[in-house]
Amino acid sequence: MTTELFVQYLFAGITYGSIYAIVAIGFNIIYNTTGIINFAQGEFVMLGGMISVSLLPYMPLPLAIGLAVLITMVVGALIEIVFIRWLTSPSVLRMIIITIGISILTREAAVHIWGDNIRSLPYFAGNEITTIGVLGARISPQVLWVVGVCGVMVCTLHLFFKTTSVGREMRACAANRTAAILCGINPRNMVTLSFVLSAGMGALAGCVMSPITYTQYDIGTGLAIKGFTVAILGGLGNSGGAVAAGLLLGIIEAFSVSVVPLAFKDAISIAILLLILFVRPHGLFGSGEAARLKAF
Amino acid sequence: MKRLLAILPLLIVVVLIQLLCTWTGTQFYLTQMTMAAYYSLLIIGLCVLMGYAGQISLGHAGFFAIGGYLSAALTTRNLMPYRQEWLVRFLDAGGLLQSGKDMYGADLLVVWPWAAAIFAVLIAALVAVLIGIPVLKLKGHYLAMATLGFGIIIYRLVLATPWFGEADGISGVPPFELLPGLVVRGDVSGRVQNYYIAWGVLIFGLFLLLNLIHSRVGRALRAIHGSEDAADAMGVNISRFKLQTFVLSAVFAAIAGILLTHFNGGIGPSEAGVMKSVRYVAIVAVGGMAHLWGAMIMGVLLNFLSLRGVFGSYDDAVFGLILILIMLFAPNGILTLISRKKEQAPEPAASKDEEA
Repeated sequence: MTTELFVQYLFAGITYGSIYAIVAIGFNIIYNTTGIINFAQGEFVMLGGMISVSLLPYMPLPLAIGLAVLITMVVGALIEIVFIRWLTSPSVLRMIIITIGISILTREAAVHIWGDNIRSLPYFAGNEITTIGVLGARISPQVLWVVGVCGVMVCTLHLFFKTTSVGREMRACAANRTAAILCGINPRNMVTLSFVLSAGMGALAGCVMSPITYTQYDIGTGLAIKGFTVAILGGLGNSGGAVAAGLLLGIIEAFSVSVVPLAFKDAISIAILLLILFVRPHGLFGSGEAARLKAF
Repeated sequence: MKRLLAILPLLIVVVLIQLLCTWTGTQFYLTQMTMAAYYSLLIIGLCVLMGYAGQISLGHAGFFAIGGYLSAALTTRNLMPYRQEWLVRFLDAGGLLQSGKDMYGADLLVVWPWAAAIFAVLIAALVAVLIGIPVLKLKGHYLAMATLGFGIIIYRLVLATPWFGEADGISGVPPFELLPGLVVRGDVSGRVQNYYIAWGVLIFGLFLLLNLIHSRVGRALRAIHGSEDAADAMGVNISRFKLQTFVLSAVFAAIAGILLTHFNGGIGPSEAGVMKSVRYVAIVAVGGMAHLWGAMIMGVLLNFLSLRGVFGSYDDAVFGLILILIMLFAPNGILTLISRKKEQAPEPAASKDEEA
């Protein structure tokens, strides 16, 4: 493999990897506050892309993206308020099935609203054939947008959780719900907020990736399962781990294309998921002792 | 004996439906009833796994596809060019192959349907064991995601393998002669016969599972569902029981896939899709999780409506909505809503029955 080809694959891997990392962090935020895995996580990414494409004819690109992210956040809040907020101590099986149902309904609504055409936003800078030379490889400036936006999102989120009072309240709920209630925090609002946050992050990722990867009504399931793979790989609830694991999975996938047929690309990442679940369910970076306290 | 008597009304209903359809000249309904019965065979198997053993599986369409695709490929792919190979010669010597002519009159050498079916069931069971041993150690979200992942892998494999017809699937699957005179096939002349074959298989499966859940095994499964630690402490070998139930439900799914594929004369990749698996879970949930009769009735009803095209282009949306509504308002199934109303109504006769 030549250096150019290697760099080319590497950047493809990093692009997809940052998207997976964002989806995985979305999983983590909701998991940390509620203990449930939101199977509809990938649908937020799809919604972000779809809504921004629809808004684009009426307004400039940054505004369309901003509005799409806001709308998806409202959808996330509505989903939590309508389907989850009022359930008292539901079983895990029940929550899994409800979020799967939400994901199906969102997807079906999307196919009836937007049809099954493939859509995409225009490139943020330049066009399809604009490239930048990096070590002999040619990469699109959109790749830098994806990586940059995802990086900024992760850093902002980290600062939000560490420095703001709302962020600290959310972490308090994740650490100990009862103690948080005793401190005067309303955990229900924190759960709603976690849905809003992860919906917004997913939507923004969906917008920046749209020019390269395209948006279709059914991309959610694939993203959800890969995002989950990454979340597990990095240790569930651990966002730093999710970034590392996301990049790892993206790069493995990109290089796997040079070895096996493209059609098996998805099968490879799922095989990794199964392998990780069987061998190290607490993830590559998680601690095995802490994992024993969780219910696998 | 008691359980045989409970099945008697079902038999009567099955015969009545057939007679009604024949008298009113609406025999075309029987075709969908036949298909619905095969899907329900998978669903009652999944019901035992989900409702009684408490293990969710979002990959059962995968086992259905393993059964359907293997038996379709083996009974359709012409082995004539390979007849000098030792494996084909060996199979031929064992009487496991049958020859015929294709529509152009060329010689055709394919695997005998019974041999193909048994092979498909064995492979499905083997895959279930191999997947089940690691997967069933997981719980909750992890189990759901792992089985979902298994389903997607099977879907991707059939979609990417030329031998399984890629996106076109396999068509021209020959009839399956179960016994002399009893043929699983899709043409109009065999409609009534196939209706009874499908329902015979379904009722036999239901009878087996009813016996199973009322036996020692069934009690052990419910103990596992209640609390794995407690069941373990009582001396129940939980991993063995979970695995056996997983394999059993996989075999039910594979048999359903084999028979439906021969009935339809083909199979496509959508049968292995994730939505199919989710739909099966939805139907088990509507039926009331730990309720074999509910699962069977809902399986036949919802599949029949779906196959008749009642839901139009909202087919998947309807099943998504059903899932959410049931899980939000009646996590123990629709039937419990009705029976709870009965309990609330002061009926002395009903309470007397309960005491008896």
